Amino acid sequence: MVEQLPLSKIQDGESVIIRSIDASALKVKLMEMGLIEGKCISVLFRAPLGDPIAIDIEGYVLSLRKDEACMILVEPQKQVHS
Amino acid sequence: MKIALLGNPNTGKSSVFNMLTGMRQHVGNFPGVTVDKKVGKLTINKQRHELIDFPGTYSIYPRSKDEEVVYNSLCDETSDDYPDAVIVVLDAANIERNLLLFSQVYDLQMPTLMVLNMSDLAKKKGKEINIESLQRQFPEAIILEANARVRMGKERILEALENLKERTGHKFLPEHAIAQVDDVAAQEVQTKARYNKITQCIREIEQIKEKKKEANKLDRLLVHPILGYVIFGLILVVIFQFIFAFSTIPMDFIEGSFGSLANWLASTLPEGILTDLLTQGIVPGIGGVMIFVPQIALLFFFIAILEETGYLSRVVFIMDRIMRPFGINGKSVVPLLSSVACAIPGVMSARTISDWKERMITIMVAPLMSCSARIPVYTLLIALVVPKQAVFGFMNLQGLVLFGLYALGTISALVVAVILKSFIKSREKGFLMLEMPSYKRPHWGNVGMVVVEKVRVFLWDAGKIILAISIILWALATYGPGDRMEQAGQQATEIAQEQNLSQEDMDRAVASARLENSFIGIMGKTIEPAIEPLGYDWKIGISLITSFAAREVFVGSMATIYAVQDDGEENIPLVEKMRAEVTAEGKPVYTLASGISLMIFYVFAMQCMATLAVVKRETKSWKWPLIQVGYMGGLAYLGSWITFMLLS
Repeated sequence: MVEQLPLSKIQDGESVIIRSIDASALKVKLMEMGLIEGKCISVLFRAPLGDPIAIDIEGYVLSLRKDEACMILVEPQKQVHS
Repeated sequence: MKIALLGNPNTGKSSVFNMLTGMRQHVGNFPGVTVDKKVGKLTINKQRHELIDFPGTYSIYPRSKDEEVVYNSLCDETSDDYPDAVIVVLDAANIERNLLLFSQVYDLQMPTLMVLNMSDLAKKKGKEINIESLQRQFPEAIILEANARVRMGKERILEALENLKERTGHKFLPEHAIAQVDDVAAQEVQTKARYNKITQCIREIEQIKEKKKEANKLDRLLVHPILGYVIFGLILVVIFQFIFAFSTIPMDFIEGSFGSLANWLASTLPEGILTDLLTQGIVPGIGGVMIFVPQIALLFFFIAILEETGYLSRVVFIMDRIMRPFGINGKSVVPLLSSVACAIPGVMSARTISDWKERMITIMVAPLMSCSARIPVYTLLIALVVPKQAVFGFMNLQGLVLFGLYALGTISALVVAVILKSFIKSREKGFLMLEMPSYKRPHWGNVGMVVVEKVRVFLWDAGKIILAISIILWALATYGPGDRMEQAGQQATEIAQEQNLSQEDMDRAVASARLENSFIGIMGKTIEPAIEPLGYDWKIGISLITSFAAREVFVGSMATIYAVQDDGEENIPLVEKMRAEVTAEGKPVYTLASGISLMIFYVFAMQCMATLAVVKRETKSWKWPLIQVGYMGGLAYLGSWITFMLLS
């Protein structure tokens, strides 16, 4: 079992894979923005005060509030240093 | 034929709309919501068609009340806006996410046109699209490429509209029907299935040559914890400098031309009520509408540039957390700051706030930000009651008071926002989920269209209300009960003749006496008991009523009442006359207490019919502007009363 974390806990610059999204009215909306289970995303940067956060979803940048990011469970990817 | 234009936000949908329709567009209403319906005219082979621009959405399922128009118009064949054909604009660089909306629309079985926009940008990002394999997935759609920013693809789109493909029932996702608007569970299942299918075929459709991360060097700077705010502050300073420096020239010109037009009409037309109505009511009324156009145009010119370049979403990003405790969000920053120049474009720019509750709060508090129309009132009153003296050796007390008035306006806007947060009920949960588009050079055609559209909406929709109120105010100031005004005017003439006054001075004395006995004058006297606790007399009362038209009218009314010529910015003679004014007991009317109390009144009171008209226009109901008049009037009365009590 690989460790799963809410997206809000991920550091800037890290890549992760989306594993699940909490059931709520917002879930469909998050999916419609391109946040789908199995998709690889990365955290780009945070606003001052650490909220909202900006993530990269296959070439486009989406900003999410911390409490929206909390609903997304992700699996950190092994860092590949080149 | 009715054609719907759909697409995700930031796909260049409005560029496509502008390219197809040019200047032949107008703004209408969708039933039941506050979003505008932009409709453009298209002519293909002498056949006239209607192109309806729907709000940009990521899905046909709405995430706010305003987005419901998409679902309601497309899924209900009895709807007035049910289209005969649909154009969906897709951002070629984000094809996977964009295909969600497209496949939903495709499955609705209307003749569908896919416009792949900005494929040049996609190629720069190392993405290439295989149209043939895309066509295999959507055999009944017409697929074509365009680049609306450089006006490429118009002919192709028009040609395709002429030769639309019939629908014979092919669906991208045959096993699912479009879900009900409130059935979130079914929507979730379907969205998942749709994405699964899109993921399966995306490899064929999109060839990714090289993967580039979007982490932009510019972003490091613009959302930097310190530099980000410094840069935003500097941009604001530059914008306001431009607005104040350049809007006065056309504003003076508009004021001057309408003044001369009124004078010219007055001297050429025969004397009578109709001429008076025209020269003192209608022409100045239209002038009073036009006077706002330079500020609206300039402000939206800058907002459109910030939006077009993609910078605006970064502003929202760095301001969101700070604004949230006040019940508003990062998108409220631009409307509130714009209101420092003028609340009218400020309220109009609140359109971008998708959350209804946050939008209402923003609109409700925007007029509390001190706008430029308060400056003449503040400067007159400060010169009148605040001594010119240095504070701490280097600061000027008068300047400090002016700063304090601005600060008071801003703080009260935020406090009222917090209070409204718990009063306005909303079932929608606020969220951000904002796409941050890549930085682009502004497209000047789009910027121009935004300016034209905003000015046009203001002139037509708010202009008629402003005109109506100005005519009412004119009538109240021109007429009085019976022949009271005539008698007062005659008396003033006699006194003036006795005192051997010049013709000019006599005219002013007569005007002053007539105003005193007009309906407005009588109203001013009637409300005197109510405003006495604030330190005001009936003369101020008259000016309070007349300046409901616009705050700066206060200065002009005072000048008429005190029968002085308004010398523009200086106001020296008026200040002297007002300073000499004494009450029945021989005490000065304008003391520090009553002067500051009056300033506080203007900080809070909703003394601007143009803003009211715009709030009515934007909320599509009289309820909100009336609440606004009520709560701001209450604050003004209470604030002035407390100030007067404390200082006297």
